[in-house]
Amino acid sequence: MSDKKTLFINGKEVEFTNEPNLLEVIKKAGFSVPTLCYRPDLTQFGACRLCVVEIDGRGIQSSCTMPPEAGLRVKTNTMRVRRIRKTVLELLLANHNRECTTCEKSGNCDLQKYANEYGITDLKYIQRKEMLPIDDSNPSIVRDPNKCILCGACVRACSEFQGHSVLGFANRGSKTQVQPFAGRELSSVDCVYCGQCQAVCPTGALTIKSEIDKVWDMVNDEKVKTLVQIAPSVRVALGEAFGLKPGDNVIGLLNTALKQIGFDLVFDTNFSADLTIMEEAQEFLGRLKEGKNLPLFTSCCPAWIRYMETQHPDMLNHLSTCKSPQGMLSPVLKELVPQYFEGFTKDNIKVISIMPCTAKKAEAARQELKDETDVVLTTYEIAKMIKSAGIDLSELEPSEGDSPFEQYSGAATIFGASGGVAEAALRTAYYMVTNEPLKDVDIVQMRGVDKNSRQKDVEVDVKGTKVKVRIVSTLKEAEKTLQQLKNGETDFHILEVMACPGGCINGGGQLRSCDDISIKEKRANGLYKEDRELPHRMSYENPEIKKLYDEFLKEPNSHKAHELLHTHYSDKFKNSYKDLV
Amino acid sequence: MGLQTQSQNAIDFKLIDSILRDYEYKKSNLIAILQKVQEKYRYLPEEALTYIGTKIEGVSPATVYGVATFYAQFSLEPKGKYEVKVCDGTACHVRGSMPVLNALRSILNLKEGKYTSQDGLFTVETVSCLGACGLAPVMVINEKVYPQMTEDAVKIIIDTIIKEEKEG
Repeated sequence: MSDKKTLFINGKEVEFTNEPNLLEVIKKAGFSVPTLCYRPDLTQFGACRLCVVEIDGRGIQSSCTMPPEAGLRVKTNTMRVRRIRKTVLELLLANHNRECTTCEKSGNCDLQKYANEYGITDLKYIQRKEMLPIDDSNPSIVRDPNKCILCGACVRACSEFQGHSVLGFANRGSKTQVQPFAGRELSSVDCVYCGQCQAVCPTGALTIKSEIDKVWDMVNDEKVKTLVQIAPSVRVALGEAFGLKPGDNVIGLLNTALKQIGFDLVFDTNFSADLTIMEEAQEFLGRLKEGKNLPLFTSCCPAWIRYMETQHPDMLNHLSTCKSPQGMLSPVLKELVPQYFEGFTKDNIKVISIMPCTAKKAEAARQELKDETDVVLTTYEIAKMIKSAGIDLSELEPSEGDSPFEQYSGAATIFGASGGVAEAALRTAYYMVTNEPLKDVDIVQMRGVDKNSRQKDVEVDVKGTKVKVRIVSTLKEAEKTLQQLKNGETDFHILEVMACPGGCINGGGQLRSCDDISIKEKRANGLYKEDRELPHRMSYENPEIKKLYDEFLKEPNSHKAHELLHTHYSDKFKNSYKDLV
Repeated sequence: MGLQTQSQNAIDFKLIDSILRDYEYKKSNLIAILQKVQEKYRYLPEEALTYIGTKIEGVSPATVYGVATFYAQFSLEPKGKYEVKVCDGTACHVRGSMPVLNALRSILNLKEGKYTSQDGLFTVETVSCLGACGLAPVMVINEKVYPQMTEDAVKIIIDTIIKEEKEG
């Protein structure tokens, strides 16, 4: 239905079809305009006024809120437009705590970048003096209201992705602030720590709580043995910080970099993703047989777990009792590494996990998982750490991780994309039921990470039994499904939930992906490519998994497996600020 | 957590529920709901805002708080039994609304930042225009309009109310 329509940008004729706004047409034409509040995955807000352009006969317009029209003559860099943008930046900077050199976002901050690009070296306005308290009350996210420019990206992310609106605008006029309910700390409202707010924040107002220094201390402490585990989706994103493309698999390079930094042993969370599948598939088949606690809800996503505990404690019985892959590997390492490696004891081991996720920091701090994972670094933090060690990842020779907890199947690596856990689980469940491998290993209906794939319903025939799977990403979609379940409007056997749109490849701890919606897909494709190329594509085929069961765990859901690999959940609504309701 | 405030027990959630029911738990009725709640309590208690944010689909406590703090008509602090509004629109200002306000403040021992009297009887605020410029300077106490105010008139009005209150 694409009628051929064109408009002119800086004199160049550009064709457009169904672009939602002029800004996207400008980008398509190869030009760029500065933006602070615009994020293509969120609704247009028109708050920052930085994307203004001049249109013949229409004057100054903000390009993010203007629909494209045939025949428009748009200029993106006139003197008038540049003067307006400069004034906007100056006004924003006047209300902004400009301690750039000591800011966590330094080098990754849009406001800093544009101030530099527009040559703002001197401000006519006096800086606001009153400083508001910084909220670092939780393990994942730091909120510094003194750096907020009120662009509303975080408010929209919280509401449009998670349907949760923990952050909102409060007060009016010059007193306006973005804050949780009544200015509380994030830890005392029902924030799930997904980190999407900080991922879309253009300034240092919302940042990841950095634990890099803690890890440097451990690495440099001779008495401490450091073990690392690396989550599936980190490998297809980290390269971006070193000039590689989204989706390029850098696991080999990362192994080398971590060894160079001084980590003692490097393992792979993909190994324990396979382990999760063995346990979860077995658990699912048990529930299917007994007809109890169905549908089974996946439990890999810590933001989803916290959401269930704080919002739907009456449905906790549906959650898989399996720990997440991070949660499984850490205790296994602490238990078994001393048996395989000399000089390693339960007391001198520290486990550091590298995750695409800010909520994993909060997961590691859970009472139920205490002293298992010692530090969680996000993709963003490990990129910083590698850079500060003077290492250029792209120049390294790839190497392998440390046996026997580093091999993985293709099923494990696709955990990083929405739908991956369900696909991986079904591959193994099919085998457990039928004793033969699934023929069509690629269950492509389960894939897709774009905006239109946030809910997927798939039916798989397991020798006569139709297994129905619902896959959702974002908690907003999850909430819809939970309501349907409560009202008896839908039924299925497995519910996979990832809180971040598209899954972990777009996690709140990943490298920046908020300005280009194609990055999610490229990273996911990187995972599916690795899945196709690996010698084993089913979790039960992983030789190291077989070995772990043969020598230690005996069988899935065994007593020992329950001790190490399963957990429990509790009603956190009771401790919530909504308890009195 | 800052929840264990003295007002916690004072909130009657059944009452708020009935208001919510009257307005069909609708997001589009949020302002009307808040007005009703404020009518009952003379302010919007935090617990009530949380409750409303939890019960109405599509809003959260944070968004309800946003609405409650956006509009000047809503107060998050307990208001006095008598809400005194002194108009400080252009006409009233020119005709001497400031001396009226200052007189009120000195009688009730109030200042900028402290708007409610110690005994909880009066809250004194300024408003931008009451739309009664012909009567300037105007003062309104709980819906009742007092035209052409002077410092002396204010003293008589307040004293009368205090006397009435004492006599019950």
